[in-house]
Amino acid sequence: MDFYSEKVMQHMRKPKNVGEIKDADGVGKVGNPACGDVMFLYIKVKNGRIADIKFKTMGCGAAIATSSMITELAKGKTLEEALKLSRADVAGSLGGLPPVKMHCSNLAAGALHAAIQDYLSKKGVALVAAKRVKKRR
Amino acid sequence: MRVKQEVILMKVYLDHAATTPVDPRVLAEMRPFFSQTFGNASSLHSFGREAKEALELARARVAKLISASQDEIIFTSGGTEADNLAVLGGVDSARGKKVVCSAVEHPAVLEPCAELGRRGFERVLLPVDREGIVDVHVAGRARVASLVSVMHANNEVGAIQPIAEIAKFAHDGDAVFHCDAVQSAGKIPVDVRKLGVDLLTLSSHKIYGPKGVGALYLRKGVKLKSIVFGGGHERNLRSGTENVAGIVGFGKACELALREMPRESRQLSALRDRLLKKLLAIDGAALNGPRGAKRLPNNVNVSFGAIEGEGILLGLDDAGIAVSTGSACSSKKLQPSHVLLAMGRRPEQAHGSVRYTLGRSTTAKQIDFTARKTAEVVARLRRMSPFKPGEDLSGVDFGGHHEEYVE
Repeated sequence: MDFYSEKVMQHMRKPKNVGEIKDADGVGKVGNPACGDVMFLYIKVKNGRIADIKFKTMGCGAAIATSSMITELAKGKTLEEALKLSRADVAGSLGGLPPVKMHCSNLAAGALHAAIQDYLSKKGVALVAAKRVKKRR
Repeated sequence: MRVKQEVILMKVYLDHAATTPVDPRVLAEMRPFFSQTFGNASSLHSFGREAKEALELARARVAKLISASQDEIIFTSGGTEADNLAVLGGVDSARGKKVVCSAVEHPAVLEPCAELGRRGFERVLLPVDREGIVDVHVAGRARVASLVSVMHANNEVGAIQPIAEIAKFAHDGDAVFHCDAVQSAGKIPVDVRKLGVDLLTLSSHKIYGPKGVGALYLRKGVKLKSIVFGGGHERNLRSGTENVAGIVGFGKACELALREMPRESRQLSALRDRLLKKLLAIDGAALNGPRGAKRLPNNVNVSFGAIEGEGILLGLDDAGIAVSTGSACSSKKLQPSHVLLAMGRRPEQAHGSVRYTLGRSTTAKQIDFTARKTAEVVARLRRMSPFKPGEDLSGVDFGGHHEEYVE
């Protein structure tokens, strides 16, 4: 296998924002235990911005590191900005991921989008940026 | 004043099924064969004769480990080549276009069998039970084949197969029987006569010899076709100038393995059971594979629920402990262990599996340290996991995995 960057290992060893937000405004769940990676992402939204964000992940080093990284990238951002965060942004901020991990374990952006979608649909808000959220084939 | 304390990290290598360090006694034996006694064993002059002599001493030592005779040993570049030679060179379509192997074979056997499938052979995979052991009666039903290949002991879960019985069934059906003994040799007795095998694979670097050397046992009278063509070395069955230094090391490693096996296997079994007991005390941990005498003395394989094996591997690596996992994340193919799946484990259990393989230098202190660190790493990953150990995850799917990678 290819090896992880030092940045991935840092996030793997000491992930940021691990946990659950009991009264979350939006929850995004992605992944599949049979594939090995599942991520739950919780967000609190205040004045159109992501005020708090936490995650729980079962998965490999890349799954944990990308989860941790997305919470750092998304915190404080407006929902619109957060919806623009892509898998490539997450991988790039981590100094890259081994090629095989780009597809299978880079779930974090999807989880964030799902959490925002969840928040918006609870609010009954039209999904302005929904076209950016690609659905599973 | 603060005294700077140096933290000495205890390094614990528990991946002996992957490879072993070269024993210093093996290295000492090999040393002259690089620059002093460097001759080509095929040369007629004194340099060549010296090399040839060393080669034949090594052949005798390898043969002795498996109770074979010297002229039944063919040196190869390793276990994979020996397996390929056995499967591809051992089939004979005159005996029917069918090849049988167990579902838990190493890729070095599975892949040449798959290649035979592409060449028009029918392939049969023998299922295993929950402990990873081939059902002898099922093996009996599939016996009419050109070649049957079943490993002596499994590399992932250490399950020891009833080879003598399976070989008997294979021979009843006129098949040639091959056995991959890469993991068992040097750990449990391997006697080619008692096992009744026609072909048997050995590897040097699993028994404290150098990498890049292996051997195929070929019973007298069994026909084998070469898969490497050239100068006709190794009785025209494996052309290529012999790796004399490597083979000398392999021979010495076999001699040491045979001598030290009784004491070593007793010692390893005790350490194995000590580790097993401590790991199974962790909430949600489950043993993969059999217990006691049906298991290799140096193998422990445990699935920890609700977490993934690569995370455990990396966490243990940070503590200086080297293990391996059946998780897809550590494989090139992104598939969880085919062995655990064949044993009826669910994919998430296979993903959460960790293999610890003990060796000559393993101590009780290392075992206790490893068990303690594993419990810590598992607890840390569990706090991160959305699931609890014991939670039924079958059929759970939140999607998102197959999202197209955009940008």
